Amino acid sequence: MLLIHCPYCDEARPEVEFAYGGEAHIARPVDPSTYSDEQWEEFLYIRSNPRGRHHERWRHTHGCGRFFNAVRDTVSDVFETTYKAGEARK
Amino acid sequence: MSGFRLADGGRIDRRTKRTFTFDGKARWGYAGDSLASALLAQGQMLFGRSFKYHRPRGILGAGVEEPNALVTVDRGPGRVTPNLRAPSVPIYDGLHATSQNRFPTLKTDLIAVNNVFSAFFPAGFYNKTFMWPRAAWEKVYEPIIRRLAGLGDSPTTRDPDHYDATYAHCETLVVGAGPAGIAAALEAAASGGRVFLIDEQEEIGGGALSDPAQWAWLAEASAKLAALDNVTVLARTTAIGHYHQNFVVAAERLTDHLAVDEAEGPREKLWRIRAGEVVLAMGAIERPLVFEGNDVPGVMLASAAKTFALRYGVAVGRKLIVMAVHDSGWRDALALHKAGVNIAAIVDIRRDVAADLIEGARDARIACYQGYAVTSASGGQAVNGVTIALAGVGKGQKLDCDGVLMAGGWTPTVHLWSHAKGTLRWDEAWGAFLPDKTHENLRCVGACGGDWDFGKGLSIGLLPAPKPLHESKAFVDFQNDVKARDIGLAVQEGFRSIEHIKRYTTNGMATDQGKTSNLNGLQIASGVLHRPVTEIGLTTFRPPYTPQSFGAILGHHKEALFQPLRKTVIDDWAADHGAVYENVAQWRRARYFPQGSEDMDAAVARECRAVRSAVGVFDASTLGKIEVVGPDAAEFLNRMYTNPWKSLEPGRCRYGLLLGEHGFIIDDGVSARLAPDRFHLTTTTGGAARVLNMMEDYLQTEWSDLDVWLTSTTEQWAVIAVQGPKARRVIAPLVEGIDLSPEAFPHMAVREGQICGVETRLFRVSFTGELGFEVNVPAQHGRLVWEAIWAEGQKHGAVAYGTETMHVLRAEKGFIIVGQDTDGTVTPDDAGLGWAVGKKKPDFVGKRSLARPDIVAPGRKQLVGLLTDDPQAVLEEGAQIVADPNQPVPMTMIGHVTSSYHSATLGRSIAMALVAGGRDRMGDTLHIPMPNGTISAKVVAPMFYDAEGSRLNG
Repeated sequence: MLLIHCPYCDEARPEVEFAYGGEAHIARPVDPSTYSDEQWEEFLYIRSNPRGRHHERWRHTHGCGRFFNAVRDTVSDVFETTYKAGEARK
Repeated sequence: MSGFRLADGGRIDRRTKRTFTFDGKARWGYAGDSLASALLAQGQMLFGRSFKYHRPRGILGAGVEEPNALVTVDRGPGRVTPNLRAPSVPIYDGLHATSQNRFPTLKTDLIAVNNVFSAFFPAGFYNKTFMWPRAAWEKVYEPIIRRLAGLGDSPTTRDPDHYDATYAHCETLVVGAGPAGIAAALEAAASGGRVFLIDEQEEIGGGALSDPAQWAWLAEASAKLAALDNVTVLARTTAIGHYHQNFVVAAERLTDHLAVDEAEGPREKLWRIRAGEVVLAMGAIERPLVFEGNDVPGVMLASAAKTFALRYGVAVGRKLIVMAVHDSGWRDALALHKAGVNIAAIVDIRRDVAADLIEGARDARIACYQGYAVTSASGGQAVNGVTIALAGVGKGQKLDCDGVLMAGGWTPTVHLWSHAKGTLRWDEAWGAFLPDKTHENLRCVGACGGDWDFGKGLSIGLLPAPKPLHESKAFVDFQNDVKARDIGLAVQEGFRSIEHIKRYTTNGMATDQGKTSNLNGLQIASGVLHRPVTEIGLTTFRPPYTPQSFGAILGHHKEALFQPLRKTVIDDWAADHGAVYENVAQWRRARYFPQGSEDMDAAVARECRAVRSAVGVFDASTLGKIEVVGPDAAEFLNRMYTNPWKSLEPGRCRYGLLLGEHGFIIDDGVSARLAPDRFHLTTTTGGAARVLNMMEDYLQTEWSDLDVWLTSTTEQWAVIAVQGPKARRVIAPLVEGIDLSPEAFPHMAVREGQICGVETRLFRVSFTGELGFEVNVPAQHGRLVWEAIWAEGQKHGAVAYGTETMHVLRAEKGFIIVGQDTDGTVTPDDAGLGWAVGKKKPDFVGKRSLARPDIVAPGRKQLVGLLTDDPQAVLEEGAQIVADPNQPVPMTMIGHVTSSYHSATLGRSIAMALVAGGRDRMGDTLHIPMPNGTISAKVVAPMFYDAEGSRLNG
């Protein structure tokens, strides 16, 4: 079971307290109607799926309830860092 | 009969006898014996029949690596455990053990005829042979194969035992309590941190248990460990897996070593240990050698013979021959000789062996054959001799013996290292894979880390033999009956990757996970492919390290504790009134309330008629509820839901439709605006948590500028739906401070006041098509208010109704249930809910997707009503729909039935369905092919009752 550091609680807590939230830093466009079908498809469905460093969202569902971002290595599952939502990509 | 008890030696208690049975016959041993040592001491050589060929098999190892001697232990009804390894089963008074996979008896196994025809059972035999006819596989081939080839039988009755579970945290966890593990634990303990030392055996000591010279040290070290407050020592505890961040799961066996009537408390305990550092001291497992007849009973690992002699005081034979490719074989031979076991000869393929070993053997009058190999072992149910030849190619000579000890080198036990995704490197000196790199705070010590003093040796998968590989009956995987020639055949048939070879031959896929076979299989594949071992790769070890009971994994999570069961505050009342329940998500809900001998159809028909003609009361407390509060609450909901919310007046309700960004319906519910900055949202029963999560997501990450708070209030409110023409008359005497007149309190409105003296949020809403109210009261008052409404309702012919009646009533009105009439690919327009989408809204979640090409394309599945030609025929939910029932199979399916009921109100069946281009098919007849014939139905609008909605305004 992973230990995940919640940047809001500032504590490493067991994985069961968290829910995975998909790839991070995919912002919803301010006005989706300006997006072409291709751009919208990209936003909806296309993800980077890297081998290695992955920026992803987690929610401390059974803790503070906050969404935050993490960098995890998809091969080793090691978390490089976690940081608050809204902070720049690390 | 060749094994016997030595006159002295061993850690057994010779003053305490234990009696037990094996295959029904009375046997005995000493306290401290394993089932294997006790039986060996009495001359038993035959322990089991092999998996595929039913060949006689004896003991190979002295620990958990044992592949052959699998037994079933019977501790009473429901307490039957198959596939236990005889060397790891401690004996106790009254132990009942039986051998497995033999018919009818171990000694006379009729199915051993498979062995005679073994040339016809090569790798991939089943896949190649039993291909046709396909139908025969399930009924004929598989049952027969399963009978012939198998391990023990699964238990057939419920496990009456209970299992404990606990968490532990420590600075250092040491897995394996041999000399290296004990040293690591003592060292870690000195620093003051919490230390756990766990070992799978009956007592700690590991390899030292088989070395009397270390017993004094062991006793001293054990006492030292026991005296340390910061050290926890757990024997009989197997670390079954290493998971992320040094999370190790270990199972402690608490009672299986005790006589049945002495066993108290939980059978096993599952430890979930989070450790700062994990030290693996799991030792190494000796490798068998691959030569013809290497599976005949009496052929075993040299290290096993040493353990039986020095730990248990048992000689495994009277005249033993050692086949070594490794110095450890010589050392074990000398140790055995010293303990009084007769070693007749040492055969070693190497010419160059350390002088002190040769000298030792000469002093012990052991014949030495250097440069020789055993080319075959002979014997049926017991080995009676070997043929040896110079380098395996010269003319063979026969040597008599009643036991052959194999010393094929050592394989470090890196299982948990591999679980932790640690990498391995091939080490030529070891002839094995050793731990290399890991990202965990994890290290291997002792033999499992490549630190050892067993001497030198060769790495060899297959002994040189005069016979070609494809004629040899040399076994690699004893438990799955895989021979060297099967691996050769797999390569010949084109398999190259070790992962494919493993699966095709099943090498290493038995319950022992290849503890004794993986390396040999790999080296043989390497030889046949003419490629170095490092290029062939190694298959990955996965948890559990040894087979593990499901009971311990489950722990307390069974029966009522398997998962939470959510009950409303009215649940007890429903039980008292004979409710039949159904589970909806984690909620238990009353499905119907049968009276007398009513079945579900009769009860539902009565409940439906009562609601339509008088009034019904329904516990709707499970509805998801979210309080949305803040200056931007209306703006937030406007962006989340398809409907416009900003224009909604306080005191009014609105049906909200929630989409994902993909444009498909994911939830719905009626919500009320209580104040300009306060909404009472409802969601589907199963969707509450999902919707709250989604809303939090948008609020926190996309629109963090909005000033809104979301609070889950699902369990704060009990909800009592009062539905039917007499609904107002039922609640009127109980309500205070709310004008219930139709003018003052119209449909889709909300009022706050009191009912039965309790605060209420009273909704005038209807999921039945009738005049209706939903009474929200604080949950602690729910039962009281329910009973008051129920008592008042009795004056008006009220019924209590359940979810089944609720479903029928809503279907008569064509109201959808998200997740039943939608499946995650249904848009508002598909569901006929285009009216709920705010056309003028610039944006909401999912809006952009509603303009995607596939969403606007014609021919999408649309929700329609179906009326069967036979009004009494009730369609099956999920049934597929076709346009032309006479087309050839496979037919083109154009949709499926989503909801279907008998409607007592209409005196006929009704159904809803998703049908391609459904709204263009109004009036058409479609067909639903069923096993008993095709049912025809006419497409109609999904609205079967009171289309104008006049009943709402009663």
